[in-house]
Amino acid sequence: MSDLTPKPNLSAGVQAQGGVGSAPVPTAEHGDHLLHDDHDHEHHDQHWLWKYVFSQDHKVIAKQFLITGMFWAILGGTLSSLFRLQLGWPESSLEWLKPFLGGWIQAGKLNPEFYLALVTMHGTIMVFFVLTAGLSGTFSNFLIPLQVGARDMASGFMNMLSYWFFFLSGIIMFSSLFIETGPAAAGWTIYPPLSALPQAIPGSGTGMTLWLVSMVFFIVSQLLGGVNYVTTVINLRTRGMSMSKLPLTIWAFFLTAILGILSFPVLFSAALLLVFDRSFGTSFFLSDIYIAGQALSNQGGSPVLFQHLFWFLGHPEVYIVIMPAMGMVSEVLATNARKPIFGYRAMIGSLIGISLLSFVVWAHHMFVTGMNPFLGSVFMFLTLIIAVPSGVKVFNWLATLWRGNIRFTAAMLFAIGFVSLFISGGLTGIILGNATLDIQMHNTYFVVAHFHLVMGSSAFFGLFAGVYHWFPKMFGRMMDEKLGYIHFWLTFAGVYLVFMPMHYVGIAGFPRRYYAWTGFDAFSQFADMNKFISIAAIIAFLGQFIFIFNFFYSIFRGRRATQNPWNSTTLEWTTPIIPGHGNWPGEIPAVYRWPYDYSKPGSDVDFIPQNVPYSQTQSSNLPYEQELAD
Amino acid sequence: MTVLTILLVLVLLLVVFGLLFRLQILTSIFSGTFTRDIGMSNSVNAVLMLVFLIGGGAWFAYSFVENFGKMNPPIASVHGHQMERMFWITMAVIGVAFAITQILLFVYAYKYQHKEGRRAYFFAHNNTIEVIWTIIPAIVMASLIFAGWKAWTRITGPAPKNSVVLEVMGKQFNWLVRYPGRDMKLGVVNYRMIDAVNEFGFDLSDKSALDDFTTNEIHVPKGVPVLIKIRSRDVLHAVYMPQFRVQMYAVPGMPTRFWFTPTTTTDEMRAKLGNPKFNYELACNQLCGGSHFAMKATIIVDEPDDYQNWYAAQQSFSQKNPDVLAAFKQKAKTMVAPVAAATDEKKAPVMPLAASN
Repeated sequence: MSDLTPKPNLSAGVQAQGGVGSAPVPTAEHGDHLLHDDHDHEHHDQHWLWKYVFSQDHKVIAKQFLITGMFWAILGGTLSSLFRLQLGWPESSLEWLKPFLGGWIQAGKLNPEFYLALVTMHGTIMVFFVLTAGLSGTFSNFLIPLQVGARDMASGFMNMLSYWFFFLSGIIMFSSLFIETGPAAAGWTIYPPLSALPQAIPGSGTGMTLWLVSMVFFIVSQLLGGVNYVTTVINLRTRGMSMSKLPLTIWAFFLTAILGILSFPVLFSAALLLVFDRSFGTSFFLSDIYIAGQALSNQGGSPVLFQHLFWFLGHPEVYIVIMPAMGMVSEVLATNARKPIFGYRAMIGSLIGISLLSFVVWAHHMFVTGMNPFLGSVFMFLTLIIAVPSGVKVFNWLATLWRGNIRFTAAMLFAIGFVSLFISGGLTGIILGNATLDIQMHNTYFVVAHFHLVMGSSAFFGLFAGVYHWFPKMFGRMMDEKLGYIHFWLTFAGVYLVFMPMHYVGIAGFPRRYYAWTGFDAFSQFADMNKFISIAAIIAFLGQFIFIFNFFYSIFRGRRATQNPWNSTTLEWTTPIIPGHGNWPGEIPAVYRWPYDYSKPGSDVDFIPQNVPYSQTQSSNLPYEQELAD
Repeated sequence: MTVLTILLVLVLLLVVFGLLFRLQILTSIFSGTFTRDIGMSNSVNAVLMLVFLIGGGAWFAYSFVENFGKMNPPIASVHGHQMERMFWITMAVIGVAFAITQILLFVYAYKYQHKEGRRAYFFAHNNTIEVIWTIIPAIVMASLIFAGWKAWTRITGPAPKNSVVLEVMGKQFNWLVRYPGRDMKLGVVNYRMIDAVNEFGFDLSDKSALDDFTTNEIHVPKGVPVLIKIRSRDVLHAVYMPQFRVQMYAVPGMPTRFWFTPTTTTDEMRAKLGNPKFNYELACNQLCGGSHFAMKATIIVDEPDDYQNWYAAQQSFSQKNPDVLAAFKQKAKTMVAPVAAATDEKKAPVMPLAASN
């Protein structure tokens, strides 16, 4: 936080020299924006409250999302360690946890209903608060304006609201952990009638109410953010930044935001109808129920309807989680392999393909819910098609590494780890997407292993790659590389040790969300394996504190960053080491080329930033580029 | 107090770690090794990539083989064998893709590590290659989809006419089972008639309900198609019978079904596995509350003759519970409208049944 004075901008200098014939003139819109910012800076230093807390600067908001996301990740990880203790050592006493968990430990045992609350909150926190808000919130906010060449988001105010709605939603969710009946415990998918009836499980009382209220604020936050991201990408690109010159990160954030805008409202409607059923006696999801010695008057509703509504968000949601990671990984791989990303257009095409398909596959979560089997066939067909664009992405990443000149930065390691995990987790999707095989695999640990690898761990790896890679731009300092290496190898090995054996347990049919398997002969043969998984999970979780330490240490004491430490081509590295509000002190650089001119034949340097015109790179221009230069 | 102690220890550990780390950095600055040029660490990481591939691959192969016996639940249904074959064929296909891509990933990472003076190969795209690796997965997926679709249509198709029918009802936290009795017709049940005795909600004013009987265990005959009708009376449950490769949700308000043909009796399976205590199990596989993990039923597969004998020996619910039957008769006399109409009538009041209980 010490290096706040902007350094002379090298790349901007290059551009000023060469761009004689086409001196970048700010458009009216950008010009106004620019003047406005200067005005702000000259006349009043902002109070710290407006600068760091209620800031409208996209970079500050990004850091707020990141640090809040880290808090949630630690909490989500802690919850998983608790239930792994139960699964690994079902017989041993957990009395020592009583000071933390109080009444939830009864006679040395974890309360089974609290176990379900742990599972539910772990899922909710990780999917929504960490991998949606923490990942996309951080990097969409941070990178969109910097990489498209904008002063800030289209609406700084809405952007600020987006964070504070998220914060409010988090407060509500967090407070639900401390109420007497416990937090929501119906699984993160909150299927009614379980989630609708407090008689069915105590967590469906106040805990569930808070869950729903929290989620409403969360959805508002997502929509405010998403509208902003889309608007910024469409309208505020700098001169020359056509859609076909956007870095893949921006394409990924852009499509992610569109998915969010189109799917979160459906979750909102599901939540709203559930609130009606819970509080106002309607019967959208309830019918023919006799519970706690009483026949309820609700008739005509359908629990399966809720599942349709939920998964209409829920499936795009997993792409909302993974696509930003894909974008960042593409960027990190190209930069550190010193090679252009292979098949740039195919990468965009596959992102678009995945986005479109993600809306028409939701019912593959519901093959055995009693849905019409014909629908099952249709959704199996659409689901398995997704393997094709996903495969294209993997092959393109591999081709990007091929004959590269790879620097193993911590970010690069996590990017390679991402590809590995995405392959491992993605392939089992071919089994689960097959309705016939899903009859056996549905809701077993095979599913748990699948999605933890393909969307959980992969997205986390994308997040880590992003943090290590853009940390210098965020804080003007470098994270410690060696700690980064240790963090990577520990996490990478840990993730595989946890989730590979989980497949075995799943193939044997062990159901998820089981507090204990001891009651069943069919599932009891994996006691040792569960212990092993628990140990690996807890070690891998503790390993994350290396990252937390590295992160906070480096903010204050890390090595000073240079302007473009990774020799990268994208626009964010043309800003000062720590960009102020408005990002570029002078004019916004114009863009002349695509973002992946690494190791271009004929060029002296192994990277040519996007803002260098072709007229300056006569020696390396391809024929059609030469035409543009002339 | 314990909380404080644990937190204090954690904080102290963190501080110690921080100091050690600082010390290490200061020494490396002092000794001049604190540079960030690409050097040793790059080749170490590259080698580790290779080590991870070989070590990880070996561990995975070993543990997979080691656990292979445990991870295959015995199969006891006709479609189960087909599913099993499809499962392992698909596993082989994805196994090949897994091996190729992972090996390429780590080998490339190792082989193309940074070397001073080398330049990466500028290779932005190649349409031929891209078309090839789009089409090949598409063909493979198409064949998997076709096989899956064929099997899915057969498995979820209508049950054969000669099927044995039974009904399973999920409730927190056990399974209720009923058979149609002599008339082979399941009688009307109505959730409004459920109480502590009439757990299934039999509407005994319906004649075909009179001979329905309930059991604790599920009995099915070997070699005959069995149609399980599935209900839930409170929250979602799922009928999951891993050895028969059967799974279907139990949805309140929406009866579901699944049919299968058992191939091995319980006794045969016990002999085959050398486990005299073996039983086929029915587990709940959709989160339904605190004791979800203990919601279990046992399935007995009998020889057809044994099944017939067992079936004939069962006493119907109405015979076992004359009180309930009497209450229904009483009501039929006092009420003008037929009771059965209440099944469809939304505004029908909750009927106080079997008040004596």
